[in-house]
Amino acid sequence: MTDTIETSTGSGIRRFLADQMRNIAPVFTLLALVVFFSTQSPVFFTVDNLLNILANASITGIIAVGLTFVILTAEIDLSVAAIANAIGITMAFFTAQPDYVNIATIPLPGFIAIILTLLAAFGLGSISAFGVTVIGIPSFIMTLAMMQIANGISALLVRGQIAYNFPDFITMLGAGTFYGLRWSIIVCVLFLLAAHLVLTYTRFGRYVYMVGGNREAAEYSGVNVRLIIASVMIISAVCSGIAGMLGVAYFGSAQQNGFDDFLLTAIAAVVVGGTSLFGGRGGIGNTIIGLLVLGVLNNGLDLINIDSFLKILIRGLILLAALVINVYAQKLRESTA
Amino acid sequence: MKPGFIGGAEAPPSAAASPLLEMKGVTKTFGGIAALSDVDFSILEGEVHGLVGENGAGKSTMMKIIAGVHSGFEGEMIVRGRPVHFRSARDALAAGIGMVHQELSIVPDLTVAENVFLGSQPLMAGGIVDWRRMNRQAREQIASLGIDIDPTARMGALPVGLQQLVELSRVLFSGASLIILDEPTSALSPPEVERLFGVLRRLRAEGRSLVFISHFLDDVLEISDRVTVFRNGRKVVTAPAGDLNKDDVISYMIGRGSADMHMGEHADLKGDDSHPVVLAVEHVGDGKGLRDVSLAVRKGEITGVYGYMGCGQIELSRALFGKQKLKTGRILIEGRPVRLRSTASARAKGIAYVPENRRMMLFRTEPVYKNVSIAILGRIGRIFLKPHRERAITEGHALDLQIRPPKTDIALGNLSGGNQQKVALAKWLTHLPKVLILVEPTRGMDVGAKEDVIRIVRTLRDRGVAILVLSTEPETILTLADRVTVLKKGVVAREFATGRIEKADLLAEA
Repeated sequence: MTDTIETSTGSGIRRFLADQMRNIAPVFTLLALVVFFSTQSPVFFTVDNLLNILANASITGIIAVGLTFVILTAEIDLSVAAIANAIGITMAFFTAQPDYVNIATIPLPGFIAIILTLLAAFGLGSISAFGVTVIGIPSFIMTLAMMQIANGISALLVRGQIAYNFPDFITMLGAGTFYGLRWSIIVCVLFLLAAHLVLTYTRFGRYVYMVGGNREAAEYSGVNVRLIIASVMIISAVCSGIAGMLGVAYFGSAQQNGFDDFLLTAIAAVVVGGTSLFGGRGGIGNTIIGLLVLGVLNNGLDLINIDSFLKILIRGLILLAALVINVYAQKLRESTA
Repeated sequence: MKPGFIGGAEAPPSAAASPLLEMKGVTKTFGGIAALSDVDFSILEGEVHGLVGENGAGKSTMMKIIAGVHSGFEGEMIVRGRPVHFRSARDALAAGIGMVHQELSIVPDLTVAENVFLGSQPLMAGGIVDWRRMNRQAREQIASLGIDIDPTARMGALPVGLQQLVELSRVLFSGASLIILDEPTSALSPPEVERLFGVLRRLRAEGRSLVFISHFLDDVLEISDRVTVFRNGRKVVTAPAGDLNKDDVISYMIGRGSADMHMGEHADLKGDDSHPVVLAVEHVGDGKGLRDVSLAVRKGEITGVYGYMGCGQIELSRALFGKQKLKTGRILIEGRPVRLRSTASARAKGIAYVPENRRMMLFRTEPVYKNVSIAILGRIGRIFLKPHRERAITEGHALDLQIRPPKTDIALGNLSGGNQQKVALAKWLTHLPKVLILVEPTRGMDVGAKEDVIRIVRTLRDRGVAILVLSTEPETILTLADRVTVLKKGVVAREFATGRIEKADLLAEA
């Protein structure tokens, strides 16, 4: 007799749309872009070009995997691109460089270089995690500081030079192909898949969503919220580090500012895909769509020969549109739940 | 109750008073479910109108229509003889109808005067805030309610009771002649309630009309001129408060004779010192509200902690769940001193916690089963989720606890408050904790859900859980506790272990 539901409004369809808007809008955006560019350019919808899009999106994709975890907990990591660059350069630092490259190095066997570099990524992530969870610095500011620190590491190691050599295994993953498919695409797909499985089927994944959904409630349910936040900060740094290692091999060089575009692109991919900036909603599926939207957009704008300065503006406008949808979807959901 | 009685028994309005507001044949549905069906309701000039009913009975829906929050409904709304249609709360306020919500809309870091004039500060030439005038007028406004508050004090530093009065004065001076108060006494101590009632009587004498929504039937009967009871979206009765007693109101509300009508007026304590102590608290203090508290929670007993708001209860409960640091004293579990660094470590040591505010421990937009399983995921599987077990366990609890509707895949926000509280309890039932801490376990709940929660808590006690109940409502403590500790300003004022105690004993000690 007290079952009257006072809070529900609207019909079932409206509630479904409110619930799914963050998933539907990005897919429609992607379809619209694909149709548009296919009609505008004969080259766009070809296997070669589509593989090209995937290859270009793969490095961003690995960064976006880590960032998805962070954003799902309603935190942010602004240091991803800077860490990617610093880690790429660190790996070059552990590899013998050609004589004409005038930077200090400590050449080590490839696998040791890779392990040390991964540890460096883990270390940087741990510092961010410590700052956010133990000291209590907001992640926005903590990772801003980490961005500067990582940029500083990059600057000190390369001193304005460019490094060209990396361990063979990394060169293969970053620049090599496997039956005609780039290894970087395969690695990115494996990362996306693993992250999806972790987020969907593990206890840790559930905690990530619940911490993002209502941090206080998670804490009062006995979830170690600080451990979860620390973990996602470290996951993000390690993903960025691996993206950096593959990225420098993909570019063929490691230098200061090598990853400048990647911060915005990675955040944009996660948000355009529909993962909520308020945490708790979204996931790897959304991130994949977001990566494809941005990949298609960048590639398509190149193909139709648009003013490259206008391209920057268009990216900004697309991101703004995605933010509007993101916030609106959240409000719609809260008003109908 | 005879069916013909429903909607009848309208008290004849006294000759002097005329209806300020009339609602005729109001029906409001949400997604096909009728929240209000064909309700007639009126408020006279210069009356305090009490509004009671179980959660979901339709009283808040009716008030939200009157205050312009819900704009679409069937039926007529007439203010001072003229039909009106509000599209927003702003429209309602323009017509002289204001609402003070249970959750106050204050800005704690601004001064009292800034809160009173929020968004409409008096300005001097050049757009500069006229602080002197603002402070003077704020003081005058508040003083006209018969209270003296320093207008330059920080709002957040005031006790809740005064914050509420400041908000009331804001609504009042924005021109409201009809003010709806939603659960105004739930966070107040008895002297604060008396002060509020003083203010309300004063406003009534000025000819303003007040609607008083509350679960505290004693308060409603004391302050109201007329009382309206809602049940299941219909008005059951409107009658002069003088013609009703608490038992009448309860039977109108629930539509059945209640065995527990006198529930919580007194209790026979059954503290038994042969029960082993599970949780011992020795001289704990946090350097602020909590000064020096010692108590023991025993296996198979419910220990009640009673005190007014601000007596240190909340701080004590938070410290026991690793949410707040202690400066002094120590906590022992089964004789061993423990350090509770985080909620996760408290949980690992066998302590479970249900806070006073359901929003603090529930995920509104998540399905019910995820809300229940969050606390036991680690026991179901270390690494991987086991969705089938998760659902099976949750469905078992939903059945045991009679959670309605008994669906575990709907979003939690669709459940009523009482059912949400059952979900909050269900979290801790799969693997019984050693100690269960409940803060205000039945606050703001309807009678039926309250009885359910009380039954669940007693079952847990009988299964050997050491339970600590902290409440500012003496009825809650007297209904549940086997022994009682009364706190006063952060220290233990009195302990009762055995024998009969009355509500008055608690009130006298706190």
